[in-house]
Amino acid sequence: MRRDAIFIGIEVDQGALDEHSELPAHLTQVCPVDIYRETEGALEIVAENIDECVLCGLCLDTEHLGVAVGAVKVIKLYDDCAVLGAE
Amino acid sequence: MRFFEYEAREIVKRSGIPVTDFGFTTDAAEARTIAERIGGSTVIKSQVLTGGRMKAGGVKFADTPEEAQAHAADILELEINGQMPRGVLVDPKADVKQEYYAGVVWDGTAKKPVILFSDMGGIDIEDVAREHPAHVGRVHLSNILPLSDYQAKECIAQTGVTGKALQRLTPIVRKLAQLFVDNDMVLAEINPLAEMHDGSFIALDAHMDMESEARGRHKQLLKDLGVGDDETRMAREPTEFELAGEAVDNASHRGVAGNVTEFDGNIGLVIGAGGGSLTLFDAVRAHGGKPANYCEIGGNPSVEKACGLAKLVLQKPGVDKIAVMMSIVSNTRVDIVARGVIKACLELDMDPAEKIAIFRIPGAWEEEGFKILEKYGIEYADRSVSMHEAARRAVAKIAGPEAVTT
Amino acid sequence: MSILVDADTTFIVQGITGREAINLTRECLDYGSGAKIVGGVTPGRKGRNVHGVPVHDTIADCVEAHGKPIDGSVVTVPPAFTKDAVFEAIENDIKLIVVVTERIPRRDVAQMVELAALRGARIIGPNCLGIIVPDVIKMGGIGGPARNAAQAYTPGPIGVISRSGGMTTEMSSTLSAAGLGQSTAISIGGDAIIGSTYAELMPLFDADEQTEGIVIYTEPGGRMEAELAAWVTETGCRMPIVAFMAGRFMDEMPGMSFGHAGTIVEGKEDTATEKIARLADAGITVAEEISEIPELMQSKLQAGSTA
Repeated sequence: MRRDAIFIGIEVDQGALDEHSELPAHLTQVCPVDIYRETEGALEIVAENIDECVLCGLCLDTEHLGVAVGAVKVIKLYDDCAVLGAE
Repeated sequence: MRFFEYEAREIVKRSGIPVTDFGFTTDAAEARTIAERIGGSTVIKSQVLTGGRMKAGGVKFADTPEEAQAHAADILELEINGQMPRGVLVDPKADVKQEYYAGVVWDGTAKKPVILFSDMGGIDIEDVAREHPAHVGRVHLSNILPLSDYQAKECIAQTGVTGKALQRLTPIVRKLAQLFVDNDMVLAEINPLAEMHDGSFIALDAHMDMESEARGRHKQLLKDLGVGDDETRMAREPTEFELAGEAVDNASHRGVAGNVTEFDGNIGLVIGAGGGSLTLFDAVRAHGGKPANYCEIGGNPSVEKACGLAKLVLQKPGVDKIAVMMSIVSNTRVDIVARGVIKACLELDMDPAEKIAIFRIPGAWEEEGFKILEKYGIEYADRSVSMHEAARRAVAKIAGPEAVTT
Repeated sequence: MSILVDADTTFIVQGITGREAINLTRECLDYGSGAKIVGGVTPGRKGRNVHGVPVHDTIADCVEAHGKPIDGSVVTVPPAFTKDAVFEAIENDIKLIVVVTERIPRRDVAQMVELAALRGARIIGPNCLGIIVPDVIKMGGIGGPARNAAQAYTPGPIGVISRSGGMTTEMSSTLSAAGLGQSTAISIGGDAIIGSTYAELMPLFDADEQTEGIVIYTEPGGRMEAELAAWVTETGCRMPIVAFMAGRFMDEMPGMSFGHAGTIVEGKEDTATEKIARLADAGITVAEEISEIPELMQSKLQAGSTA
C-alpha cells in the first residue's frame, strides 16, 4: 500500500503485511508523529500526518521482526522521490 | 496580570488590612443603593485598568444617593484611554488626617522583594523617591526566611514615623508584604494608606498585579474574584486575529506559535523565536517596512502549526506576501517549517514562490529544507545572509524597493 | 581557558527521561571531547539508562554511584517541580546549576537563587540554553545537535553573554565567520529574575586570560544593563564590550510583553532607548545590526592593543 501527501510518501509492502501480522502494531508504536494506525491487526496510513514525518527512520528498522529491509519506504517527494535510508 | 481596583481592595481586605465599606456595581441604580447604605458623601470611581482616571472625569464626588446614581450613569458610559469601565466603585468619602504610601515590588538586581514606605502618600512613589528621597523607606525581604514585623517597622521608621502611628502601621505593612508573597504578586500597593482623625489607618486605594506564570497556583482566589481563565488583562484586549493565532498554537501540542500580535502594516511575518523575533521585527522596521503582525514560532513546531500560522498571516487583509525568517535554529527544524509554510500556500491555492518573499532560516536540517525550497522555486538564504539583510530583502520585495529606507 | 566549565566538568541531567532532555543528553555527549554526564535523575525510573547514562531516583544516588562530588546539573523538569529539583541539587553540593525550564514563577526563582548564594552555588537561567566552550564541552541545549553547534561555534577570544538562547548561536556564528572565535558562550535566560546576570559573570571573564572582548545580546525590561554599565564604570573593565539591543519597537508599547517574560517594560529605565544610552555612557558600543558586531569588536581590540 502507498499513500502520498505533499512532501512525503509512505509505501508498505503488501506481502510483508500479509506475512507479518505484528508489523502494523510495530509501526504504530515507533512512529513519533502517528503516521501509522493499527486497527484490529490492519494497517492504516494516516493521510493528515504523513507530511509531519521527521525522517527519523525508526519505521524502516524492521529486521528484528524478520521483515526484509525495504518493506517500508519513506519517499521524499520533493527530492526526486529519493527513498529515505537508500541515498 | 493586573487587578481592577475593586478586586485589589478585596484582596487587601482578605489579608486583614482595614478597608472602607466600598461597593462595586455595573448598574447606576445599584450605585444609588450602595450610596444609601453608606450614608453621607461618596466617591464614584470608574473601574478601568489604566491610569489618568481623575483627569478623564472617571472619578466624581456625590453628596446624595441621587447624585451618586447620576455620576455612576455618566461614568459607566465614559471610555478612558480606549477602555470601557468594568463597572464603578462607590466609596465613602473619607475624612483623612494624613496620607501614606505602602508598597511591595520586586528588586530584580537584589533578586528580592522590597518594601517601600512613604509618609507622603497619594502621589506617585517614583516622584516622591526622586524629589524627597528621605521620605521613602526601603527594606528588602528574604525569599527563604519567614517574614517578621521588624522588617515593616524598620521600613516605616526610616521615614521618621514614630509613636502610635508606627505601632499601628507596622502590622498593616507586614500584612501587605505577606499578601505580596502569598499571592505571587509583582506589585502590591496601597496608595493612599490613610490616617484618620481618630488615629486609625485604612486603605483608600490599592493596585495589585499578579505574575501571569503563577495564576495556576491561585485558582481559588481568582474564582472568588470572578476573574475568568480567558482574561489576559494585557495592556489591551486581544483582537480576532490574535485569538486566531492562539487557536493555531493550541491546535497542535508540538512547538510554540506564541505572542501573535496584530499590527496595521502590509509585511506578513512568520518569524521566530524569542530573541530572533524581536531582532527581525526591529530590522523590518529599520528598513522602512510596516509589519502586519508579530509572532514567535519555535520549540520545534509541527508542520501543522507552521502551516496554520502562515495561513493566518497570508489571509490577513492587506497582506500580499510573507517573509519567513529566524535566527539560526538548533531545535526547530528548517525542513519542517519549510513544509508548513509551503503547505499553507498550496492549501490556499497560492503559488509559494510568489507568496513567500524570502525564507531565511539557517540551522538544523537546513540541507533538507533548502531542497524543498528549491523545488518550489522560493527565494531562500543561509546564515551568510544576515538577519537585517534578509529583512531588507523582504521589505524591498513586499513593499517595493522605493519603500526601503536604509 | 574557559569560564564555568571545561573538559573535566562532570554533570547530571535532572528530568533526563523527558523528550527534550533525551535529545539534550545526546547532543552534549556528542559535542567536543564529549560531556562527562555521570548520571540522570527521574524519580521512579531508577535502573534505566539514556544514551548510556544511568538513571537514578535521587541526586544522592547519583553522587554515591559516582563516588565523588559532581560539579553540575542541567535541570529540565516542569515548572511546578523546578524549585524542588534545584534545592535538591544545591543540598547535594552541586555548584553549577543550569535551569532550562521556562515559565517558572519569579518567587520560586528568587528562592533558588537565594539558597544557591547561601551555599556558594551558581545558577544559570532559568529559561536558558546553557553554556558552551567551543570544541570542548556544552552543558545544555545551546547550539543544538553537535554537528550544528560545531558549525556556529569556534574557539577564540570572545566571551558571549545573551538573554536569548537562539541569538547566542546567531551572534557566535557571525563572530566565527569573521574569524573571531569564542572563549565561552552563555545563554543566561530571558526571565525577569535570573541566576547570573551580565555583571555577575563579568568578573569570571575578566579573570580569564583567553577572553579579550565581550559581546552581549540584550532586550528591554529589567535593570540588568544598568547593573552592567555600573560594573564597567566602577571597575574600569579591561575588555571592550559590544552590545546588541533587540526589541526597540517595544518602547512604543508599554505594558506589552514580547520575546521573553523579562521584557515587559514597567518603568522608564527598562526601555531600549534608556538602556542604549546607559550602555553607551559606560563606553559599551551598541551595534545597530548583528553583522556589524565583528567589525566593531575588531576595531576596539586593535585600538586596545595599540594604546
